[in-house]
Amino acid sequence: MSGPGGLSVRCRQSGFSVKIPSFLGPSLPYLLFAGAIALVGLWVENFYYLQVLTFIGINTLVALGLNMLMGYAGQISLGHAAFFGIGAYSTAILTVHYGLSPWMGLAGAIGITGIVALVVGLPTLKLSGYYLGMGTLGFGMIVHILFREWTSMTGGASGFVGIPPLSVGNYTFYSPTAYFSLVWGTVLIGVIICRRIIDSRIGRALRSVHDSEAAARAMGIDTHMLKLQVFVLSALFASVAGFLYAHFVTFISPGTFDFLTSVRMVTMVVIGGMASIWGALLGAALLTLLPDWLHTFSEFEMVVYGLILMVVMILLPQGLTRGILDLWEKSKGEDIDIKGESDGDSFR
Amino acid sequence: MEFLQYLFSGITSGAIYAVIAVGFSMLYSATDLINFAHGEFVMLGALCLVTMKAIGMPLPIAFLNAVLIVGLIGLIFERLAIRPVKRPQPIVLVIITVGASIFFRGMAMILWGKDTYSVPPFSDHPPIIISGAALLPQSLWILFIVLAVVACLYLFYQKTLTGKAMQACAISKKAAWLMGIPAKWMVSLSFLLSAAMGAVAGVIIAPITMCSYDMGTMLGLKGFCAAMLGGLGSLWGALLGGFLLGILEAMGVGFFSSSIKDAIAFLLLLFILYVRPGGIIGAVQAKRF
Repeated sequence: MSGPGGLSVRCRQSGFSVKIPSFLGPSLPYLLFAGAIALVGLWVENFYYLQVLTFIGINTLVALGLNMLMGYAGQISLGHAAFFGIGAYSTAILTVHYGLSPWMGLAGAIGITGIVALVVGLPTLKLSGYYLGMGTLGFGMIVHILFREWTSMTGGASGFVGIPPLSVGNYTFYSPTAYFSLVWGTVLIGVIICRRIIDSRIGRALRSVHDSEAAARAMGIDTHMLKLQVFVLSALFASVAGFLYAHFVTFISPGTFDFLTSVRMVTMVVIGGMASIWGALLGAALLTLLPDWLHTFSEFEMVVYGLILMVVMILLPQGLTRGILDLWEKSKGEDIDIKGESDGDSFR
Repeated sequence: MEFLQYLFSGITSGAIYAVIAVGFSMLYSATDLINFAHGEFVMLGALCLVTMKAIGMPLPIAFLNAVLIVGLIGLIFERLAIRPVKRPQPIVLVIITVGASIFFRGMAMILWGKDTYSVPPFSDHPPIIISGAALLPQSLWILFIVLAVVACLYLFYQKTLTGKAMQACAISKKAAWLMGIPAKWMVSLSFLLSAAMGAVAGVIIAPITMCSYDMGTMLGLKGFCAAMLGGLGSLWGALLGGFLLGILEAMGVGFFSSSIKDAIAFLLLLFILYVRPGGIIGAVQAKRF
């Protein structure tokens, strides 16, 4: 049983013990995380790096939510870019067309996404496996087409310009450092929310749905309700990320919220390692940085990107965190196959 | 007659969706795999035809060559990217096939550039006028070729030993293997056939559309919607779903607005998933997945 922080247990397993004051124990990882954010925020001055780090934060937020759905509840979504987009377009429309403050935009984005996720999730989550994937894909495509064709509201294919930056009172989040702190502060809150849910009764119920839905139902868990709740939660994470994205770049276009984005979000979770909060962070970081690195290949960019996706999935289908752990354990001569088997058929 | 005109164009695009859906469906029934790279086979088929015609091959030879080349690409794709996967979970296969689709698109962009190409129709008869609606000869070609291909496929499944072996593998790979059927070869063969079906769709659509490296993705997804609509894993279902999708799309564009054209396929997909996940033909309950 891992504690809220999971830290003390991990230390014991790897053979060395650190004495952590008991009152600090559960919150220590968060403190370290917050410290790391503050350090990076103070230390990095280059605008470009701060921008990239901010994008990583936004993607991490999406990956965290999707990880709850995929990693813990074992449900697949190939349409999460839609919720990301609904968050972004809601706030854009409310602030620009209706002149509301961005914080009302946030409330609007959360409200709209919540309702949409509820309405879509209700019938869709009755499906499973490929059929669930296809249902969410269809939904994502419809929303993408809506962004593209509802020109009077969304600006159509040419995009939506002039989204105002965020501000509190007289302070506006203009500087990259300020926005970086805002985004990563939100990520920290997201991590804490996820961690709290995972370690609660709901979290245990989620994992039981992941392992066997029939068994979970036999134990008296309302699996459909539970899946719906976690679906809405992950949609809200994506929506908040979309809100932050819209006010950061101040320009959005439908191309950002297409099927490939949905797949990229799924890939973040899978490459990072499913059912791991830090895996979501790793996956989001890698997939955000990858396109930047691939620019060096110029016209071979797409080819290399496709190849990397394929090769990583063929060699490390459990994701990087898990894959590297497996390799490490193998090098210590432990038998890992039995453990790997139990995690095998996540989506059956 | 407006209605008749929309019906003609609907049947034409429906035939193309149908042949794409058949490729999807037969691969799914043989391997339990949804191939998101299938649309790229359509694109490769069309662009191969463009190149074959450009170097001066007569149409039938170019047709055969394009289909053969794409079929081989499908075979190699299975060997290099699908077979090495040890525990084929849906999510991993989704990412791999999407990765492959990006890869194929990237390759096509390098080989053919970002330009669009067009191919002359298979025959240059004037359009046939039926009570005020024009029917392009190319539409007849498309319909004829699709029906011929599907008939051949049906005969192959029903009459030949290999076809029967493939069906046995689709029902139970292990049991088929115990009966001495080389199950791995059957999987390879179904990849080859499925990619070739995609290429056929690409070749016949080439004269009525702009061919470019990014034409395949949407066609693939719509073919997929058609396969779902009819019933995934069923040949007749794929055919029915394809024509139904094509006709409804043409009617939607004609009587409502062209902006909803692409949305119709996905609305139908959601509708069928909610109402009858197994598709029009096929099991009512999609239990297995």
